Amino acid sequence: MIINHPLLGPRDAAEFIYLGDATLIDRPDWQAEDAAEQFYAYGYLRDNVAGPMQELWYHEQGDRSWLVVTRDTLTHEITSVELARDVARSRGRSA
Amino acid sequence: MTQVNRIKGGLIDRAQTLNFQFNGTQMQGHAGDTLASALMANGQTLVGRSFKYHRPRGIFTAGSEEPNALVQLRSGAHQEPNTRATVAELFDGLTATSQNHRGSLKHDLMAVTDLMSPFLSAGFYYKTFMWPKAFWEKLYEPAIRMSAGLGRLSMLEDPDTYDKGYLHCDLLVIGAGPAGIMAALAAGRSGARVIIADEDFTPGGRLNAETLELDGMAGQAWAAQAMAELASMSNVRIMSRTTVYGAYDHGTYGALERCTDHLASADGKPRQILWRIYSKRAVLTAGATERPIAFGNNDRPGIMLAGAVRTYVNRYGVTPGQRVAVFTNNDDGYRTAADLVAKGVTVTAIIDTRNQAAAMDIPGVRHMRGLGVMDTKGRHQLKSITLTDGQMIDCDALAVSGGWNPNVHLTCHQRGRPTWNDDLHAFVPGPNLPAGMSVAGAANGALTLAAAMTEGRDAALAQLSDLGLNTSAIDLPRAEDEARDGVAVWHIPQSKKRAWLDLQNDVTVKDIKQSHREGFRSVEHMKRYTTLGMATDQGKTANIPALAIMAECTGKTIPETGTTIFRPPYTPVPIGALGGRARGHEFRPTRLTPSHEWATKNGATFVEVGNWMRAQWFARPGEKGWRDSVDREVLATRGSVGICDVTTLGKIDVQGRDAAAFLNKVYANGFAKLAVGRVRYGIMLREDGICYDDGTTARMGENHFVMTTTTANAVLVFRRMEFARQCLFPDMDVHLISTTDAWAQFAVAGPNARKLLEKVVDADSQDMSNEGFPFMACGEVTVCGGTPARLFRISFSGELAYEIAVPARYGNSMMGVLMEAGREFNATPYGTEALGVMRIEKGHAAGNELDGRITAHNLGMGRMVSQAKDCIGNTLSKRPDMNREDAVKLVGFRPVDPSIPLIAGAHLLNKGDEANMANDQGWLSSVAYSPSLKHSIALGFIKSGDTRMGEIVRAVSPVHDKEMEVEIVSAHFIDPEGSRLRV
Repeated sequence: MIINHPLLGPRDAAEFIYLGDATLIDRPDWQAEDAAEQFYAYGYLRDNVAGPMQELWYHEQGDRSWLVVTRDTLTHEITSVELARDVARSRGRSA
Repeated sequence: MTQVNRIKGGLIDRAQTLNFQFNGTQMQGHAGDTLASALMANGQTLVGRSFKYHRPRGIFTAGSEEPNALVQLRSGAHQEPNTRATVAELFDGLTATSQNHRGSLKHDLMAVTDLMSPFLSAGFYYKTFMWPKAFWEKLYEPAIRMSAGLGRLSMLEDPDTYDKGYLHCDLLVIGAGPAGIMAALAAGRSGARVIIADEDFTPGGRLNAETLELDGMAGQAWAAQAMAELASMSNVRIMSRTTVYGAYDHGTYGALERCTDHLASADGKPRQILWRIYSKRAVLTAGATERPIAFGNNDRPGIMLAGAVRTYVNRYGVTPGQRVAVFTNNDDGYRTAADLVAKGVTVTAIIDTRNQAAAMDIPGVRHMRGLGVMDTKGRHQLKSITLTDGQMIDCDALAVSGGWNPNVHLTCHQRGRPTWNDDLHAFVPGPNLPAGMSVAGAANGALTLAAAMTEGRDAALAQLSDLGLNTSAIDLPRAEDEARDGVAVWHIPQSKKRAWLDLQNDVTVKDIKQSHREGFRSVEHMKRYTTLGMATDQGKTANIPALAIMAECTGKTIPETGTTIFRPPYTPVPIGALGGRARGHEFRPTRLTPSHEWATKNGATFVEVGNWMRAQWFARPGEKGWRDSVDREVLATRGSVGICDVTTLGKIDVQGRDAAAFLNKVYANGFAKLAVGRVRYGIMLREDGICYDDGTTARMGENHFVMTTTTANAVLVFRRMEFARQCLFPDMDVHLISTTDAWAQFAVAGPNARKLLEKVVDADSQDMSNEGFPFMACGEVTVCGGTPARLFRISFSGELAYEIAVPARYGNSMMGVLMEAGREFNATPYGTEALGVMRIEKGHAAGNELDGRITAHNLGMGRMVSQAKDCIGNTLSKRPDMNREDAVKLVGFRPVDPSIPLIAGAHLLNKGDEANMANDQGWLSSVAYSPSLKHSIALGFIKSGDTRMGEIVRAVSPVHDKEMEVEIVSAHFIDPEGSRLRV
């Protein structure tokens, strides 16, 4: 597969490490009332997506960027590649 | 032997005679021959024995689809089994032997198997050898394995080298036949970056095998001229002897180039190169494969595909026999007869299943219409054929044409399914092609010459304009569209004899019918039950006829019956090529510690730790075994001073205004309040609350920390920290750099450690006194008169100890400097074994303890997990079941009988309990002989261990069939108060 890195252009997927579902960005608030349930869902519950899915890939053999790659799990078509940091910020994560 | 079947013409160089050996017989061929054409020239019709029935077999095709003519090539370590003689280029000195027979090829002792064929039908081994059960492994399976099979491996290490390479192009053209050459010409003249690959050693495809003309030129001359033009273009790369074997995601293709297989010796060059080709677009021009018609005893040597006969006659100047018959269901078969006649070979008959006038009549040849071949005779070579009307015709070769199948394989590698074309009676590429691929020519069902060339050109230009690249108009050469009408005839039902579909796996029409009767209705099940379409040829000539039989059985159409899925590789790829240079010691990178050279010179025995080679111990003369060395190193360190290269531990530089806050997130314990110039032990959790890694982190400045990780987790911890930094805390001002390779680091441990280092650390750079540089201090110093260094007063051994780091390039000399400075203290280098013994004596957890199941609570460090702050793993580590009173706890163990060695991995049971999992109390995780205590010691986990000091339990190892009594003790065997650390 080829991942079109937003900073470096098209790169072979072999340069990357795959992590999985990009919902791992949405780490819950430890002080929430139901933090235990939220962390349980965050840690253990995943959708088994057949179709477009947002995934985390790490450019370990490259610039060490974490990327959010939108990939169709049926066809491997990649429709979007973003810096995970930008995605995290857009989802309201700060420090 | 003489070349009795050599005829005039062909693309061989008769001036170059090549000597070769087949089964020990000397033969001659010419440059440009394949082994198959050379064998045929020498009249060697019998070339092997079949897989299951040991039937005599000959050459069936002229290409990579060959199911029959598999030979063992070369000898010794270079021996290569299952080589298709039809693609093996002849070279001077080639040696080949036939496969799967005992005794001589002609008089195979296993040929008796054929008489037992009624008992050996599809799935026989599932039925016949069921009982008694114990006989399978000992008797039946070895017997079957010995009887059936292909070639044999040399069992020697492969002496050849293989490389991998990477290429990029705008347009990849797969196949250099008429359509492919036209596509490459169109794209090449347009200026695009083109790669054209072909499995053959002479590009041109069927232009080399036919008598068709282009622009009034012989087809092969036109092909050579076009290839010469392509070769002159700097934007075109021609890859002959290169099979594009797989279509992968996003325009990536796998290709195997055979660089030296056609030479007597590789001569130091890589034998094959596995290419990964990144293409923006691709045109598949892979041509078509002829299919046979099944009839009784259709596997005899001399029976071949009709198109292959044309190839041998026209390209190689050989004929498969002196009296050749042609059996066809289509117009194409007639051209074989015409080409044979043109070369002066007698054609005894053309048998056409159709009862109609043919597209062409061949003068002087008997035309027999509306008939089929029902049976054949001839043990080692065809002698005669019997037609459906009972007539017998003498012939020594039979050319069979059942129509052509487009080579759709690569169109299916990304889940695409081919669609059925009723006009061609064949599958053609379906709509779901791999991204960026288009198909042209015979592969696309354009089986005639002019149509194929038009498609090739148009496909290439369409791809270029789609990419927004320049396109130049290009004229097509004048060519004809040959007659190719035909009917669907898959087998001759009047035949009562076995009719082969898959020659390589000995699968007959009867086997397919039987598997249907036994309930195997899906094609995939039929394939697995009968083994049709497996092995080296993957059923290239067998699959479609077998599908047709299956369809007949089920009363369905062929498209309703379906196809099996084509997967890479198109033709076999040697494991050696897939491995490339990554074998033996080069299987993965080897990392050497900075003091590796010093350690080598000083007698180190090395151990692989991840990719690292670490000194395991330093044997001295007179030591009888590794334990002698390790015990000495431990006692010398504890008695005076020892030195160990600990560079392999991960080092991560953490800098930024939020560095301390960030460490608070990734470590379970707090780091924000750590003073500058101090070091703290930290423990890292996974988000599920399990311990992940531990190590020390030094605060070098307000916004600058140096973290260490375990050797094994150096890469993984860094990856997780980058994840936390970028994905979880994107606005923190913190930056990470792995400096594992940048600093050489040495542990200097033992009561004389300070005295030694005082001689090395520049006095003006650091006050080395206990007050000036206390336990858990860190600082930047200089050594040896100005070399920058970092000093940490940390201890893994439990002794007064330091770690000193210098830039990696000084590492080897630093080891020498430390040893020289330590000479007066009898300083001893120690390896990973002594390091391990000392950490077990001291009760430090390591990888054996942090095994992915253990929490801080289990380690007795539960209180380290700060409740005042958030950190990764904090919330889920509070789950009640992970904090039970009776959870296992890390403690020490000593054998009740001190002479007994403990066993790591032994499970712990209360006295009197039966040894089963229900009674399991825990396990021993790390075991060592303690030279300090002079008996075996262990760390381990046992339920409520912290409250059971002094209790005697049993350590049981069913694996070793041993058990022993052990006493639960503190994990700190040495200096439990830690007073040695602080002097």
